[in-house]
Amino acid sequence: MSADLGHSGQVFADVAATGRGALVGFLHVGYPDVPTSLEAMRVLTGADGGSEGVDLVEVGMPYSDPMMDGVTIQRAGTRALERGVRTRDAFAAVEAVAATGTAAVVMTYWNLIERYGPEKFARDLAAAGGAGAITPDLTPDEAQEWLRVSDAYGLDRIFLVSPSSTDERLTSTLAACRGWVYATAVMGVTGARTTSSTLAPELVRRIREADPTVMTGVGLGISNGEQAREITAYADAAIVGSALVKALLEAEDAGNPSDLSGLRAVVADLAAGVRSGQGARSGAGTSRPTAGLVGT
Amino acid sequence: MTSLPTLPERAAGGGSEPRDSNQLPDSTGHFDQFGGKFVPEALYAALQQLEEEFRAAMVDPEFQAELAGLLADYTGRPSPITLARRFAAAAGPSVTGEPATILLKREDLNHTGSHKINNVLGQALLTRRMGKTRVIAETGAGQHGVATATAAALFGLKCTVYMGKVDTERQALNVARMRLLGAEVIAVESGTQTLKDAMNDAMRDWVASVDDTHYLIGTVAGPHPFPLLVREFQRIISTEARAQVLARYGRLPDAVAACVGGGSNALGIFADFIPDAGVALYGFEAGGDGIDTDRHAATISAGEIGVLHGMRTYVLQNEDGQTRESHSISAGLDYPGVGPEHSWLAATGRAHYEAITDTEAMDAFRLLSQTEGIVPAIESAHALAGALKLATRLPAGPEGQPPLILVNLSGRGDKDVDTAISWFDLDTTGTGSESGQTVTADVEAAHGSDLQPGGASTGAGVEQ
Repeated sequence: MSADLGHSGQVFADVAATGRGALVGFLHVGYPDVPTSLEAMRVLTGADGGSEGVDLVEVGMPYSDPMMDGVTIQRAGTRALERGVRTRDAFAAVEAVAATGTAAVVMTYWNLIERYGPEKFARDLAAAGGAGAITPDLTPDEAQEWLRVSDAYGLDRIFLVSPSSTDERLTSTLAACRGWVYATAVMGVTGARTTSSTLAPELVRRIREADPTVMTGVGLGISNGEQAREITAYADAAIVGSALVKALLEAEDAGNPSDLSGLRAVVADLAAGVRSGQGARSGAGTSRPTAGLVGT
Repeated sequence: MTSLPTLPERAAGGGSEPRDSNQLPDSTGHFDQFGGKFVPEALYAALQQLEEEFRAAMVDPEFQAELAGLLADYTGRPSPITLARRFAAAAGPSVTGEPATILLKREDLNHTGSHKINNVLGQALLTRRMGKTRVIAETGAGQHGVATATAAALFGLKCTVYMGKVDTERQALNVARMRLLGAEVIAVESGTQTLKDAMNDAMRDWVASVDDTHYLIGTVAGPHPFPLLVREFQRIISTEARAQVLARYGRLPDAVAACVGGGSNALGIFADFIPDAGVALYGFEAGGDGIDTDRHAATISAGEIGVLHGMRTYVLQNEDGQTRESHSISAGLDYPGVGPEHSWLAATGRAHYEAITDTEAMDAFRLLSQTEGIVPAIESAHALAGALKLATRLPAGPEGQPPLILVNLSGRGDKDVDTAISWFDLDTTGTGSESGQTVTADVEAAHGSDLQPGGASTGAGVEQ
């Protein structure tokens, strides 16, 4: 049996077929403000012509108590909330990304979905052209309602696995995912790190062992193109968040929050990074066959 | 009180859920819709290990003996119950015409000054049992931080306490105590800089440090199994108090009252009474400036069901589900969530929750000080203020006696003297004297209200 690649896992598979790993980029809706954040997401996709862009956009929803996030994402999220960002703005961001032809998923803590109404959230996300959602504080154990509504609206549901996940939980979490699985590279919260994780390759190996057809993105701590290339040598996608958000924070701190040139440079470096490697499914750095990965 | 089944061993579901939350949470950590584990996957293994160690420890005679020994010889348990006769008289007559009988469960007399030590010693033993060498904790008023730092010193564990920056400023004395005890205190500057943000930062630390670190949560909140294990470590309050009241009065209290922030002292004194249908349970939340304002921390009284800090419970939140800022004069109650078992007790009607304003709490704070010679923690003063209200409105006891009210005096107020100085505008210079002759005879007139219960007041918000 092969994994259900949904919309966003299929993006990874299509990228893999071109002989490289995929790049996933996170930005908040609402930071530095809603209109500029939508423009920043276009930069992320490369639709502005600044770079080749990411393959999948994570539209982050700012939350008052983001317990999986480090200071960079906290700070931007807090400012976005102070400036009045609303849950519904995420759908506008998803629409803006989808209009560029790049796929988008939402990344959100569960209470925002619960409060909006899971059914209504799934409906509005699907209507906006969103592929699905990443839920950092919702595991399949508490996800009965999310499983139901994501099925009903054909949305991907990306759960997290961790180096501390037991084999049993790894297997059950992979089974509950649609699209791909988010492997957290380190034991810790989000934030750019200068050294590469030693835990991530082993975690990805365990995921492959449990189900070789599951698409895997690795996140937490990836800050530049070189790290993205390293990650995509063994994982299907590299996920970058804080390094992108930091570029926006620096623009604001320099007095020009609408200046997206710093962001553009980080995206270009990352996009070049994944393109300098061959990807995890090319056969070069791996013995796994690629057959059976597509066509689900 | 409506009558409740005393033997709640019934199948869940079909409208016949258990009426005794002592039989909850279920195996997945739920009190019906409340509780659960809304946490990053990274913490699952640690929560699982903690639950297994806890369940093993609770049936391990050696663990129980060691904990009992610490509670007796280190904490000073059992804590007494004290009849607060003059305090009760000040409440006015009960429906019987006589004042209510108000009993204080003296958790303020525990080592470190509050009930927090009960839970901390239990979890410190679990930490050692799990082979971990470091504990982290969140704290609001600093009572849980002090208790954790104390246990860390006793057990030779490394200790980091997260405390909102706002709270470090209003509870500076407790920050100093924690430092003296050898703990690292981190002033949390994110979000609202209070208890909820301290909890966020402690969680973030734990995600990264879980291999050698135990997160010693101080209340019956957070993801399963914390609400369960903290309740069990605090249960001793009601186990003792129930026996003490029965021995002294030959009957159970008519009502049990406690303050509720996260709710650990309240569940501690509720737990053994939950199956006693004739005992009304009252939780008093922090009403701040009033629950008709936006400055309060009355989560059950004015919140809505949501997910915060790993649990589904009542939460103060806005239309989008963003947590709202809470306010209370009491740092220990200044929390926009509440333990999930309290949400269950409220939703099922087994316990009642009401809000007490800052002013009502501070009035009770002063009243207990001046009628009984006991300076309570401002947190506990919320329960005292609630008891004053219950005293005049509760029905008589089963044989027409004045109502018997058991109040959990969860902590002492030494840490709150600075707050009291500014609230009551207390003169700290003392009355001047020269050779035994009063120099400024007017001090009594200007500040006498601080010293006389029920006297006219000059301080802000202390009208009686």
